Amino acid sequence: MKRIFHVTIVIAALAIIPLSVNAQCKSFAKKICKVELAPYIHDGNYHAAILTVGEEAELYKTFYSETDYRISVCGSDDLPDIEFRVIDSDRNVLYTNKSKDYSRIWDFRLEASQQLKIFVKVPTTEGLPEDILNGCVAIMFGFKEK
Amino acid sequence: MGKKIFLSIPVKLIAIFLAAIIFSGCATDRKRSSGEDFGLDSTEISEDLLEDIGTAKQIFYSLPSPLETAMLLKSAGATYNEELLNPVSNASNYTTNRTMALNLGIYTTDLSFASLFDQTQTSIEYMNAAKQMADGLGILDAIDNNTIERLEENINNRDVIMDIISETIMSSSSFLTEDERPALASIVLVGGWIEGLYIATNLVGDAPIENNKLVERIVDQKLSFEWVIKLLEDNKDHPDVIALMGDINDLKVTFDKIIIKTSKIQAVPDEESNVTILKSESTIDITLEIFRELTNKIQALRQNFIS
Repeated sequence: MKRIFHVTIVIAALAIIPLSVNAQCKSFAKKICKVELAPYIHDGNYHAAILTVGEEAELYKTFYSETDYRISVCGSDDLPDIEFRVIDSDRNVLYTNKSKDYSRIWDFRLEASQQLKIFVKVPTTEGLPEDILNGCVAIMFGFKEK
Repeated sequence: MGKKIFLSIPVKLIAIFLAAIIFSGCATDRKRSSGEDFGLDSTEISEDLLEDIGTAKQIFYSLPSPLETAMLLKSAGATYNEELLNPVSNASNYTTNRTMALNLGIYTTDLSFASLFDQTQTSIEYMNAAKQMADGLGILDAIDNNTIERLEENINNRDVIMDIISETIMSSSSFLTEDERPALASIVLVGGWIEGLYIATNLVGDAPIENNKLVERIVDQKLSFEWVIKLLEDNKDHPDVIALMGDINDLKVTFDKIIIKTSKIQAVPDEESNVTILKSESTIDITLEIFRELTNKIQALRQNFIS
């Protein structure tokens, strides 16, 4: 009976954990990543994932001409600095934060509307504690009102 | 010792199970990229980059949010016309998940549009309509009474209003995604996107399409249409998405007739402002006939959504 009780508790805990981790991810995105967008206006879209060291995510978005944009990419404190690249449809790298000391933001304006890809990676870093499993990585966009 | 052995095996199993659940819960739309072309033109890709694309754990397709859509319309010279918005009195007609999700997107776009034109009372009414849709979908706390009160208290503070709207959009989207309902989240986005196109095409009306900024913004949506299709394809197991794909795919025939050509992008950083200018040129090729065809399809689609 006691064992059944323990199993039930474990199963219930396991069922709740993904929701809890996701909720933490949203909270992190809102409190940390969104703040980085100021003074740009957050567009409201939410893109976040739990990534582990060495994992990558990509986001496709159309950016419109004559609009000022800010990209904010950030990872939770448990993770090393997040690397991101902005790539055009000809697969040219337009920006990489690797050469900018892993800056979390990039401001840009397009002369013509374009489809771009944001490539995000949690770099593998030597000397990381072994207990790092994963963390939240969020990609957010802001714009300036004209 | 016996106790230690008894515990160690389940702990390892639980750890593996736990990791599996965490990843499954957070990456419901996990996909592997095929390294496909995503633009208008393509050139050879470096092997390193190709390798990166092939190993991405998660792929997002981002549509212009209701707030961005409203901003794009305003910056293209749109004027405010309340008659184009979906009347809030229709809110009680929406009782299925499909109609509530579509009209959550539609009302949020209308709310954003009204707010950007400082239509304070209308903004509150549309926030309430959006709340009704969110409540119906069981989106807890995305729009609560505090949100409405905050909106009322700050009705003359543009920055706070924008923040409230963006937070509302984010909360709705994240709640549906976290609640294992990404299909409904995609339907909300498509509803909002179509509403933006509906308002824009109506505002163009009978005006000439040449050198018309609003027409250019509408044509630009061909570039977002690809992400609409990808987003829906990611959720094509959902019956409401299957039905929506049938409606949306009809637009493809018309968007395919519009030609957009862009030149190579040159990134020019401005050290002083810290803003990088992505220099390039584009040309669009659209006839009045094609524009009318697109307008008619958008109107029919939007009518279907709000009925």
